[in-house]
Amino acid sequence: MLNFSLKRLASAVPTLFLLITFAFFLIRIAPGGPFDSERALPPEIEANLAAKYHLDEPLLFQYGRYLWQIVRLDFGPSFHYLDWTVNDLIAQGAPVSFTLGALALILALLIGIPIGAWAAFRQNRPADYSVMSIAMIGISVPNFVMAPLLILLFAIILGWLPAGGWEFTPSRMVLPVVTLALPMIAYIARITRGSMIEVLHSSFIRTARAKGMPEKDVLIHHALKPALLPVISYLGPAAAAILTGSVVVERIFTIPGIGSYFVQGALNRDYTLVMGVVILYGILIILFNFLVDLLYAWLDPRIRYDDAEIGP
Amino acid sequence: MNEVVRDAFEQALDTRRIKGRSLYVDAWHRLLKNRAAVAALIILGVMIMLVIVGPMLSQWDHEIPDWDNYSTPPSLETGHVFGTDALGRDLFARTMIGGRISLLVGLVATLVSLVIGISYGAVAGYFGGRVDNLMMRSVDAIYAMPFMFFVILLMVIFGRNIFLIFVAIGAINWLDMARIVRGQTLSLKNKDFVEAARACGATEFQIIRRHIVPNLLGVVVVYVTLTIPQVILVESFLSFLGLGVQEPLTSWGALVNEGAQELETAPWSLLFPAGFLAATLFAFNFLGDGLRDALDPKDRL
Repeated sequence: MLNFSLKRLASAVPTLFLLITFAFFLIRIAPGGPFDSERALPPEIEANLAAKYHLDEPLLFQYGRYLWQIVRLDFGPSFHYLDWTVNDLIAQGAPVSFTLGALALILALLIGIPIGAWAAFRQNRPADYSVMSIAMIGISVPNFVMAPLLILLFAIILGWLPAGGWEFTPSRMVLPVVTLALPMIAYIARITRGSMIEVLHSSFIRTARAKGMPEKDVLIHHALKPALLPVISYLGPAAAAILTGSVVVERIFTIPGIGSYFVQGALNRDYTLVMGVVILYGILIILFNFLVDLLYAWLDPRIRYDDAEIGP
Repeated sequence: MNEVVRDAFEQALDTRRIKGRSLYVDAWHRLLKNRAAVAALIILGVMIMLVIVGPMLSQWDHEIPDWDNYSTPPSLETGHVFGTDALGRDLFARTMIGGRISLLVGLVATLVSLVIGISYGAVAGYFGGRVDNLMMRSVDAIYAMPFMFFVILLMVIFGRNIFLIFVAIGAINWLDMARIVRGQTLSLKNKDFVEAARACGATEFQIIRRHIVPNLLGVVVVYVTLTIPQVILVESFLSFLGLGVQEPLTSWGALVNEGAQELETAPWSLLFPAGFLAATLFAFNFLGDGLRDALDPKDRL
């Protein structure tokens, strides 16, 4: 296991390198620079700014300098929010985004799994059909449609919840978290249902039933764990979905998280901020996929990542 | 004597002439039995008809404002059946025009991802070994990247060009396709008919083109119906952020964006485009599900 972990972490390095390189040159190709404004600056000031942020050096030089910064975990100064470093900005935005994402993920798992299992138990009966149709709606309604609809209903018509803004209070968090969680609930319910149906048809469940085990125990002790494996492997893509979803949700609910920084940063040509967010997201996705693999091995003892045996 | 033999022979042939049902005919029949899938097909058919002829049905143009009606609710009297937006433009016409763009992006970008994904996956799976390893490792590496962010970057950088939307979205969606096709190819390439073709002297690329790719169609069809809604979603996501198609063109995502901003005063300008977008995605997803059930006899329960 340790061997596998080390190998995976080592393989993350070239991926990250590729990511950084790609993003770095992509944003530099963009027309316009971070200090362009309506009013043309005097050339001396422009030159001074460029010198201060090393924009006057050859691009490859800047690239090398940036890589060296990253190795020291220094994302550099923001080009738009003067006096702020990207590290500061991320330190300010990340807790907000992470709280949102984590809550949404937990909510999705807590609701999605039981619903899916229940539908599987009632396979091809009205309950199953209605749950799966509702889940399909959850998947089909994009979060940028769902968010305004929820605001319309709960903030404008009913007036129960605030329509936007951010504090670490439940009333401000409910709508964004629910918006992020809804499509995931639907996906998780569908995946759980599918795998649960497959597991319930397998022979070890028949054995458990044959020896007279109560149905509830069969479900909890035998069926649930293997049925959860596909759900676990969905968590990797789910993490990515939360990250993208947060861009929209943060924008609609005017939440100061890193997702909204990213879009703003890209529009402002805030090179370092954009790079910082992209790298952070890349690391998160890699990390999440790695955790999913570990969790997988832990849940399914047949999977071994050691060299001696054949992996999946 | 000869004739007797020939008759008997023809009779024998005749009994064999009972029409066999091909896999696809079979699947088609199974699909027609799936009520949700049939409903989805009808919805999609209506939707496509609407976006094609819809703009002609409206007495108002999608670009020219009606100076007497700003943000008016839906009404038959004025002829604005879906109401008007804040600039007085007819929302019905705009929704139809937006639908054209959304569906077009869905089709073209899916096609782009299809071509890249199939060729990449088929080559990797067919050649196997080191080539496969290298190709799939690079897919893994690309997979771990936050794609949406690259698309956002691309849109910001190169301006909101509709062709770029096609290519950018297609270029991020081919990864899944490549993986699926590779898996199928791996199992197909050891089949006897491939061996037979090789014995006949077919070249590697002839085999891929004539024997591997056609056999992948079933999986591909299912995957395409599931990719189209994803692509439409990505486009509307970009348009929602203000990075997708630009005025005077519009798309469902862009309309939802405009509608969301006038939510309090003109909820209809959100509800109609959102409804069309959701219904289309809904129908594609249901159709994809139905096709998967129909084309995969394993799951026939």
